[in-house]
Amino acid sequence: MPTLSCPVCEVGVEVPDDALEGELFECNACGAHLEFYLESGKPRLKLAEEVSEDWGE
Amino acid sequence: MRIGIAYDLVREEERLLVEAAKRRGHEVKPVFVPKTLARIDGDTPDHLRNLDFVLERCVSFYRALASSAVLEGWGLRVVNPHQVIRDCGDKLVTSIRLRSHGVPIPRTVIAFTREGAVEAARELGYPVVVKPIYGSWGRLMARALSEDDLLDVIEFRESMPVSYFKVHYIQEFVQKPGRDIRSFYVWGEVPVAIYRYSNRWKTNTALGGRAEPTELTEELVEVTVKAGDAMGGGVLGIDLVESPEGELYVIEVNAVVEFRNTVRVTGYDLAGHIIERTAEEMRR
Repeated sequence: MPTLSCPVCEVGVEVPDDALEGELFECNACGAHLEFYLESGKPRLKLAEEVSEDWGE
Repeated sequence: MRIGIAYDLVREEERLLVEAAKRRGHEVKPVFVPKTLARIDGDTPDHLRNLDFVLERCVSFYRALASSAVLEGWGLRVVNPHQVIRDCGDKLVTSIRLRSHGVPIPRTVIAFTREGAVEAARELGYPVVVKPIYGSWGRLMARALSEDDLLDVIEFRESMPVSYFKVHYIQEFVQKPGRDIRSFYVWGEVPVAIYRYSNRWKTNTALGGRAEPTELTEELVEVTVKAGDAMGGGVLGIDLVESPEGELYVIEVNAVVEFRNTVRVTGYDLAGHIIERTAEEMRR
């Protein structure tokens, strides 16, 4: 299970091996909502997209 | 089978669908739509070429519509197809389609001006509900108890920077018993349904409505199947309200269904059912 750096507070966030791009995580230290993504094949976390007006049912 | 899942966000539903497909021995290919370059004048990308079908799961309506259209353009079978997503995403088109197929809906009038909206509401009788023709999770729906309320709502709508707010979808307010019904249509069958309770007039679980199991009555099944057939699904979520006289009215049909609360309160393996039935249909 890799530990990735929170882009807000830089504390480590554990991400499961089978995480999918777009999967959401919460930083236990600062509470930021984070999205798992791959940058040139390398796993990263970024701030999750804000809810848009066309989201949902 | 090889099943693609087109998505932009991994919610509980996407996790459940991936697990259900893998448990049944299918190969799952996640298609992360935000990173997809959709060359519509090009060939089907190699990694998608052999998919038996794709489940469209984007939470964003416009991403769902665009990605399903592109995938279909590449010759892939998508559930639901983009026409179904487009029609269900438009409350006006949905209402017309349902009405023309004999599905009971609340009385609804479309007006294009403030004066027309007032006339429509007088005809329907207060309270009325004013809905955006595009919209989700109950956002920007308003209930007008009087003509004063309605004029305030219309003033807000007319000042919105989006033109579709100038098409006023005005519907009689059905005095429902503090709840509505979410019923699931899966390839012509109705496997499960729930009540959604709320103290507010909007009962969406996304707004805090409480889910509880409900019985699949003959009437609920019949109306759900009729509504799903009318919209051309696939896999659909049908929202219904009960009138004080006990009649059922369909108020909305959803083409990218959310079902985590249904699974939580009923224990029903809806993800497994969707995978099994869709795979069966695709083998035909």
